[in-house]
Amino acid sequence: MSNTSKIKKSSLLAPLRMVIVGHVDHGKSTLIGRLLYDTDSLPDGKKEELEKFSQKRGMDMEWSFLLDAFQAERDQAITIDTTQIWFHTEKRNYVIIDAPGHREFLKNMISGAAQADAAVLVVDAKEGVQEQTRRHAYLLHLLGLKQIVVAINKIDMVDYDQKRFEAVSKEVKDYLKEINLEPNFIIPISARFGDGLAMPSDKLSWFKGGSTVLEALESFERTPSPVHQPLRFPIQDVYRYDEQRILVGRIESGSIKKGDTVLISPTNETATVTGIEVWPEDESVLSSKAGDSAGITLDKPVFVERGHLLSHENTAPVLSKVFAAHIFWLDEQPLEVGKTYTAKINTQSTTVRVQSIQRSINTDTLAHDKTASVGRHDMAEVILRSQDPIALDNFGDMSRTGRVVIFDGYDVVGGGGIDVSQFADMRLREQQQKSTNITAVDHLISADDRAWANNHKGAVIWLTGLSGAGKSTIAMNAERELFNRGYKTYVLDGDNVRHGLNKDLTFSPEDRAENIRRIGHVAALMADAGIIVLTAFISPYRADREIARNACDQLFQEVYINADLETCEQRDVKGLYKKARDGEIKNFTGISAPYEAPENPEITVNTIDLSIEDSVAELVDSIEKSVALETKDKKAKA
Amino acid sequence: MSDYAYLDDLEARTIYILREAYNRIDKLGMLWSIGKDSTALLWMVRKAFYGRVPFPMIQLETHMELPEVYEFRDQLVKDWGFELVIEDCPPEEEMDQTLPPATRAATRKTVGLKNLLGRDEYRGMILGIRRDEQSMRAKERVFSPRTLDGKWDFKDQPAEFWDQYRTEFPQGTHVRIHPILHWTELDIWRYTKRENIPCVPLYFSRYGKRYRSLGEKNITFPVDSNASTIDEIIDELETTNTPERAGRAMDKETEDSFERLREGGYM
Repeated sequence: MSNTSKIKKSSLLAPLRMVIVGHVDHGKSTLIGRLLYDTDSLPDGKKEELEKFSQKRGMDMEWSFLLDAFQAERDQAITIDTTQIWFHTEKRNYVIIDAPGHREFLKNMISGAAQADAAVLVVDAKEGVQEQTRRHAYLLHLLGLKQIVVAINKIDMVDYDQKRFEAVSKEVKDYLKEINLEPNFIIPISARFGDGLAMPSDKLSWFKGGSTVLEALESFERTPSPVHQPLRFPIQDVYRYDEQRILVGRIESGSIKKGDTVLISPTNETATVTGIEVWPEDESVLSSKAGDSAGITLDKPVFVERGHLLSHENTAPVLSKVFAAHIFWLDEQPLEVGKTYTAKINTQSTTVRVQSIQRSINTDTLAHDKTASVGRHDMAEVILRSQDPIALDNFGDMSRTGRVVIFDGYDVVGGGGIDVSQFADMRLREQQQKSTNITAVDHLISADDRAWANNHKGAVIWLTGLSGAGKSTIAMNAERELFNRGYKTYVLDGDNVRHGLNKDLTFSPEDRAENIRRIGHVAALMADAGIIVLTAFISPYRADREIARNACDQLFQEVYINADLETCEQRDVKGLYKKARDGEIKNFTGISAPYEAPENPEITVNTIDLSIEDSVAELVDSIEKSVALETKDKKAKA
Repeated sequence: MSDYAYLDDLEARTIYILREAYNRIDKLGMLWSIGKDSTALLWMVRKAFYGRVPFPMIQLETHMELPEVYEFRDQLVKDWGFELVIEDCPPEEEMDQTLPPATRAATRKTVGLKNLLGRDEYRGMILGIRRDEQSMRAKERVFSPRTLDGKWDFKDQPAEFWDQYRTEFPQGTHVRIHPILHWTELDIWRYTKRENIPCVPLYFSRYGKRYRSLGEKNITFPVDSNASTIDEIIDELETTNTPERAGRAMDKETEDSFERLREGGYM
């Protein structure tokens, strides 16, 4: 062919995928157009085509038209969707993902940026940091991108002024520092005239950093496959071919080989890998690693389906029904506490309820607010709860499996990184149970039968609060009131537990956890037996209360008996606060040990404002409602 | 990363998408144009499903393909043994007469596809398009939903990230699945060579010309080239700045002709 490029597409090496982000009109598309021109990557005729288009619309050379393939975009002069462009240098191939800067198109920006190895954040030298500059930078942080060039563009518009460059650089750097992002390069450029982009410029001779944007990009690397991390093999499908059962899926991290023992989550069963299956058949293939779309066979017919996850035994993910996620929200309908969504984590799809919104983050001010909802294009930290245990990784450690995408109906509405570090691992509990080698015998009486006989459901009503908040008093009075009204009920408190069942335990954090674990199980058993169990323990740790909740198959309601430390210390009925202050009691909650208030309790009783009588009445009302049999249950029985 | 590993990466991603489509979408078909891209994709279907092709290959028939194309089609069906559905497209006279001639001819396939989807109630259609082919295609999603009348709402596409695809859709609509969106023309040739995948001989140069992109004989033309083996094609592509679809008439009749085709449901 006659039309040849000076540079050969010299390598087949995987391209560096880079996303160009920044505020609308700061010059992203111009930067790309110019970069393609400077690296001699334009297809023949494109430059002429471009000139024709620009002239037709009575404008100067508009490099950005190159990318804006859609008629609609040309007319509006904004990029609507993510587009991808290939180019190459002598060193390697690149894919440019052009992400729209307009606020409306954040979902497209995320669709683009989530695939990238590196990012160029474009900032207008005149305008400086703007709303979308901050938002995009924050998203890069949420998406886990670490290779970043900041291009201070349109430096020609400020007469190549070094002071202006330094001022904007500082502004950008300060913001990025606050969100724990460290840009690898900050470079002054004029995309329109090509200064500092692919070629150095005399007009920028004052620039101490020296590099051009292209040089900066050449120094970046492709995100490596996490082959050295623990094995994560989410099952995508199970094929039954020729009497073989092949489990297929992509290995997200680590590697797997013939003969390995694998642990299946969430079922907690183990099996041995008998073969790595490929087509055309090749018996020399004995292992598979991160990035592979693999297929394996197992030695026994354990239950495995889509959504299950295979790991090695000693590096298993956490099993939990509750987790925190640091998310971005895309939907017009805000995310709200109590709403349910579909969470997709690896190949698993599960219904989750928003338990609480810990904080929402304003990307402009980085202020953290406690809000009841998360609006479109906002970021937030939320707690999500599922019906069944899910295998979870922390995004910070295992970025491929530690992420969640949220759907509402048919639509993608948000996504983010998972943080399960504050929650108890249910696997540990199950393993402890396993070791005792107990075979469960099914009851011949169901929970429904018992509820019908008692005319109410069994439940655990878990009171938590500081010492002196009023837990025991309220619990005892509520018990009396419920009993009077004909309910089967019982209070577990320090006196009837610490003296017998938990006699062996101290007040160290470990023993406190064990204390609560045992109480949780006793309460769960009693609730199973049909009783409304009220527990009255400080139970200061969130994770411990989570364990109690997870132990309970019946209704579980967390009740926050709320009185602040000052009030409790003033009350000091048992004189314990004074002793704690004097150092006579160690590890005293509120004084020398922490109290973690419930994040989203089912009931809150505020004993500062309410009298004991009113507090009890409020609690009993609420319990009556929740343990009542539903009409349809009654009818079915009648 | 070695060259070999890079092709493995591309292939693994394609297989992941194919398996995802097969698991999530009820009634699935794949458009097989008999060209290099969809044939390489068909090969990967066999890899994904251990030698099987668990959904039909669909050819949109205009009776305007070159004879070598039909010959290749029949041979491959015989050699690989898969289900082929041939859908006859309506004649050009029935197309929108306001479209420029070549675009109008290309629209026949759009209408043929629409007829097939309406009649046989496919929920998902797999296509072998690539982002680097054409700037409109560069904006595609991997799972790309279509409206009830088969249209592509490119101004309001769903977010798609971290390989979590939107796989559920309202009744009556369908989804296009694009498993090789991330491949380039060069990638396809290198993979075709490595895997020894057969292709229509029209891609190789005869008398100084070859087809770089295969389409119907009335609207596709060969380009100047002396590349007569896959290695020579790879060499040629490494240095060319001529766009792949240079020989496709309908792409450039007017500034927006391909955009209009795609929006209306064209591949």
